[in-house]
Order: sequence, then structure tokens, then C-alpha cells
Amino acid sequence: MNYFPDEVIEHIFDFISSHKDRNSISLVSKSWHKIERCSRKRVFIGNCYAINPERLIERFPSLRSLTLKGKPHFADFNLVPHEWGGFVHPWIVALAKARVGLQELRLKRMVVSDESLELLSRSFASFKSLVLVSCEGFTTDGLASVAANCRHLRELDLQENEIEDHRGQWLNCFPESSTALTSLNFSCLKGETNLAALERLVARSPNLESLKVNRAVPLDALTRLMSCAPQLVDLGVGSYENEPDQESFMKLMAAIKKCTELRSLSGFSEVAPLCLSAFYPICQNLTSLNLSYAAEIQGNHLIRFIQFCKRLQRLWILDSIGDKGLEVVASTCKELQELRVFPSDLHDEEDNDTAVTEIGLVAISAGCPKLHSILYFCKQMTNAALITVAKNCPNFIRFRLCILEPNKPDHTTSQSLDEGFGAIVQACKGLRRLSVSGLLTDKVFLYIGMYAEQLEMLSIAFAGDTDKGMLYVLNGCKKMRKLEIRDSPFGNAALLADVDKYRTMRSLWMSSCEVTLGGCKRLARNAPWLNVEIINENENNDLMERNEEDEREKVDRLYLYRTVVGARKDAPPCVTIL
Amino acid sequence: MTYEKVNELNLKDTELRLGLPGTEQAKEEQEVSCVRSNKRQLQSDNEEESTPPTKTQIVGWPPVRSYRKNNNSVSYVKVSMDGAPYLRKIDLKTYKNYPELLKALENMFKFTIGEYSEREGYKGSGVIPTYEDKDGDWMLVGDVPWDMFSSSCKRLRIMKGSDALALDSAL
Repeated sequence: MNYFPDEVIEHIFDFISSHKDRNSISLVSKSWHKIERCSRKRVFIGNCYAINPERLIERFPSLRSLTLKGKPHFADFNLVPHEWGGFVHPWIVALAKARVGLQELRLKRMVVSDESLELLSRSFASFKSLVLVSCEGFTTDGLASVAANCRHLRELDLQENEIEDHRGQWLNCFPESSTALTSLNFSCLKGETNLAALERLVARSPNLESLKVNRAVPLDALTRLMSCAPQLVDLGVGSYENEPDQESFMKLMAAIKKCTELRSLSGFSEVAPLCLSAFYPICQNLTSLNLSYAAEIQGNHLIRFIQFCKRLQRLWILDSIGDKGLEVVASTCKELQELRVFPSDLHDEEDNDTAVTEIGLVAISAGCPKLHSILYFCKQMTNAALITVAKNCPNFIRFRLCILEPNKPDHTTSQSLDEGFGAIVQACKGLRRLSVSGLLTDKVFLYIGMYAEQLEMLSIAFAGDTDKGMLYVLNGCKKMRKLEIRDSPFGNAALLADVDKYRTMRSLWMSSCEVTLGGCKRLARNAPWLNVEIINENENNDLMERNEEDEREKVDRLYLYRTVVGARKDAPPCVTIL
Repeated sequence: MTYEKVNELNLKDTELRLGLPGTEQAKEEQEVSCVRSNKRQLQSDNEEESTPPTKTQIVGWPPVRSYRKNNNSVSYVKVSMDGAPYLRKIDLKTYKNYPELLKALENMFKFTIGEYSEREGYKGSGVIPTYEDKDGDWMLVGDVPWDMFSSSCKRLRIMKGSDALALDSAL
């Protein structure tokens, strides 16, 4: 390869898009490192504090697409203070200053401001794609700047963000000349939408493939939208509380019939069941269905719809579908690859006989040979069921089981679920992500350490007995990248046993465990290339000034991650970086 | 690994962690009663239904994104009536005001309810409609504006017989 001119090598590298592969290429030799970094277009940064924007730009001057992740995963469950960090602004400032030809920005769990969006919209003339997932800190004014200034915008995808809605005029800000949109998702906006502006925008966007509207788009508007966009592949529907009248319903159904390319359906919050049935004409074409927000549609309606969806590959649903409903899924959806079953009634304490149990899980595993990813919230589980699931589905890549009651044992034997999860990790040799729950001892971690060779992400809650549990995992799982633990009795011995292990991991989260301030301080001293963050929302926060005895004080929340740029400067008072 | 109490302080008080259901700490939370000026507290002496500490009291559990928690509005509430053998479920969204709701309840459970007055509650029939709100407090149906009621009501209980009479005289 060294006999080829650089341009040829670069051309060959163009075919390699996987981040892992490109990272490997850059390690081969100095010349390959240089060619690779100068030609690299897409960069993925899993922790925005692992590096800073200046060093990023220095290494990859031809950057076109950047993905950044901010807050740790447990921030989704209110375990991270609001003001913790993850600000995108310094990144946009640096990229703008260096005149990087940025075209695509994807952010997850970051804080985005209107100022950032405004700067973004004015700094990158070829900007095409903005994807924001679980972000916060901005308003529809920021969206208005993006709409108005990004002349070549193709994709605006807002997923589950907290956006302050200043009432719908941002859609008007797309200039009449804007006709390049391929994807528009504003389903998370809570306020009113300018329907006329939306309809005009959709009508002049012939390449629009994905449209996800918010609750404020009523049925008749949806009908008009679909009529002028029959090319839609992916549709997110708004909110229709009342049963539509016959005429509206027929019009909607007629518009839907024309959407022969439609493959993915979502939305349906606060929707009358009849509206779901308007989609019967195209349901056999669907490959992706997300009804996990459709709390108003009861099990029997869901079942009736799903039994026609023979081509489904991805299904997100509420547990109101019940075990019976999952049996229907198992016999209908033979192409199913990913299933997520969310809890519907989080406040209900009494026995809810429509929730799902181990029966539904076993049925799915038996009926769906292509299943590789599952997220399953249920009220009970057994070892026997998990062993059966493992035998039926050795191809799991992601297996996340959440038994709603912490520490709940196998309900038929009253034993721990160690054997069940053990069977899963032993059978599923390609398992990359695992979440465990229920009553679990150190033994399950022995199994995980022994068998889960490809495991990259592990979530533990209310599990284990001693430090040995955590040690089994740290010593055994060579490919571990993200470990997050809450309410488990793991302490300093496990934390400090092998400090170098954290060089190979992106991050470790431990909350309500047994690690002490002294242990964390020792870790920080032994591993200066780590940021060891203590998150503590109590008032008296000067952790560095505490005396000897307080070293034994347990740390409420610990978040550590490798970094090449040292302690961050934007930490709020409740975060101490040791 | 030994954990010693530092300076004889019980650091449990400063821990953010909430206990699991059934532990001492959880019981303490249960006993805290909120006294609010607009609430007419209904605490009968033989209150059998002491709500056990729920899983929703553990911070961040179950692990469902707050976005999802906030957007899954379930407007169905369970309705129980003292002496009736089964529970019913109703969708609060289908009613626009108290008279509509009460009429529906009357039809459902075949009873008639007395006149409501803010000062005296439901007089005369020995039937008192109560509800449990978001905070776990039991309130009299009708005390707060309809919108506030429909968004905070978690379940309904129609009290009858001796419990109702006891309340009647207490109010």
C-alpha cells in the first residue's frame, strides 16, 4: 500500500465508514495516520468532555459531520442535576471560528441554547442536518434561526427534547426557496403549530420522506398533509381525542391509501382507537411501528391492528398489549428484530392483569427468530423463562430486562434470577448491551464476567452482595465501555482494584453504592487521566476541604471518565472534580 | 469493608438515597402528612388502606425517561364503591364537569347522591364520593375546580355506610 500515491490511499479509505475501522487505520503508520485524519469526514464523540473542540479540529480539519453526547445515561432518570453540564456552545464557537465546513450535527443529552442555534445557522453555509435527541435549553426561537438561515437544510429531527414553545411561528421562517427537506420531526413540541405554514412547507418539499408532527396537528390537517406528500416513508401522527366523523375518517383513509411507500408509523398520543384503524390499508407494508405513547388505545385495538403487520421489524409498544397481545405478535411478526415494551400504568399499585409477564417474553422468543434487541418492562420473571428465552434466541445483541419491583425474585421458586441471566450471557455470544434487574447476587456477575465477552454496556440496579460482584465484571468483560451502577453494595475495593481498566472504558457511574470520598480521592490521585466527578446536591459542598474523618463518608453519586483534556471548567457547584 | 458512623452522626439523614419498600426510611415518608389550606383531609380512624411505599417513590425508578413519563397521560381511573364486589374504570376526559361525573357514577353504581355544599359536603344520602390525588391524599369530590380535579385524580372511592356517616358528622 505504501507504493500508492496518497490520493489513491485516501480514495480507498473513503470506502471505510465505520468509526472503529477508521480509528484502527490511523494507528497503522504515520503516513496512514495523516492521510486518514485529513480525509476524515465523520467523527463520533461519545463523551463531550473526553476531548475539546480545538484538538478535534486540529486533528480533523475536513470534518463534515459531528456527533456529540453529553450527560451520562442515568440523566434520563433524573439522577443527574439539571445544571451538570454538556454545553454545545463552545463546540459551535470553535467550529465556526476555524471555518470548518460543518454539514451535520447530531447531539444527545446536551444543553443547547438559542444562541448556539443562531450561531450554528449563520456559520456553516452547507449545513444540512440537525438531529437533537434528549436535549434541552432552547426554544422555538432557536428553531426559527435554523429554519431561516440554513439554506440547504435537509434534515431537522427533534427527538424527545425539552423545548420551550413560543407558539409556532418558526415554521413560517423556512423561506419559500427551501425545497430540500427530506426529514422534519417536531413531535416533541408542546405548543400550537401554524398549520398553513406547515402545509405549504410540505407541499413544496417533494423529497420529504420523514414527517413527524406534534399533538397540535389535527386530523383534517393530517389528511391534507398526507395528500400532498404521498411519497412519505416515515410518519408521526398527532393527537385526535375524539372519534372522527364518518366523512373525515373516509378522507383520511383515502389519503393514507395513496401512501404506498409508508413503512414507519409513530406518535398517536391521546388518539382515539378509530384513528389507528384508518391505517389498515397500509399496515402490511409497515416495518416499524411505535405505539409506545398511545396510552389511550387499549390492548384489543392494538392486537387487531398488529395482526396485519406481517412485515414488522421494529415494534415499540406499551405493556397494555398484555401477554396475549405478545403471543399475537409472536405468531404474526416473523421478521421482528427489535421489541420494546414500556410500562403503561406507573402509578398503579394493584395487580394489573393486562401488564406483561415472563409468558409474553417466552412467546416472543419462540416466535421471532430474527429478534436481536429487546427492552422489556414487566412485573415478574422466572429463571425457567429466561433459560428458555436464551435457548430460543442466541442472537441477542441488546437485552434489557426491567422488573418493576426492585429485588424481586423468581416468583415461582423465590430464588434469585442469577441462573436466568447467566443463561442469557452464556447463550448470546454477541451480546453487547445488558440491563439486569430483580433479585441478584454476586453470582450473576460471575457469569457475566465469565461469558459476556462482547459486552460493552452494562446497567446494574439493586443487585449484588459484595465487591466481588463488581470485580467479576471489571476483570472479565474485556470490551466493557460503559458501566452504570445504582443502589448496589460495591465499594472502594472494587473501585480501586484495577485502575488501568478505566483506560479502556468510556465511563463508570456509581450512585448510592458503598464507595467513599477517600476511595474516590485515592482513585483520582492514581489516575490523573481520569476525571473523577462527585455529584452532591447538599449545601455544604466543599469536599476538598473536608477533614480526615469525612473520607469515610459515602459518595452519593460518582461519575468518572477518561479524558485527554483534564478537568472541565464548566462544572456547577454541585459537582466536585477530584 | 467496615462502615463506621462518623462523629456519631447518623449520616443516613443526609443520604439522598431512598430506602426500598418496607425499610424504615420509607415508613417515615408514609407518615408525613401534608396539611394544605384548601384541602379537606379525610382521615378516618380505621383507615385500612394505608398506601404502602410505592416503587414510584424511589428516585429514578423504574428507569423510564421523564419525557415518556410526562407524555403518557393515562386518564382512566379506578372507581370503587364500598360494598360493591368489583372495581370500575372510567375515563375522566369524557366528563366536562362534576354534575356529569356524578351522574355517571350514580348510573354505574345505582345510588343517589345528596346535595353538595362547600361547607358541609354531601348531605343526606349517606354516600360520599372521595378521590385520591397525585400526592396520595384523600379528598372530597367537588372541593377543587374541575380542571384541577381531573388532572390530579388518581382513583375514586365512593364511601357508604358507617364510614360515610362518620365522615358526615366529622365534616
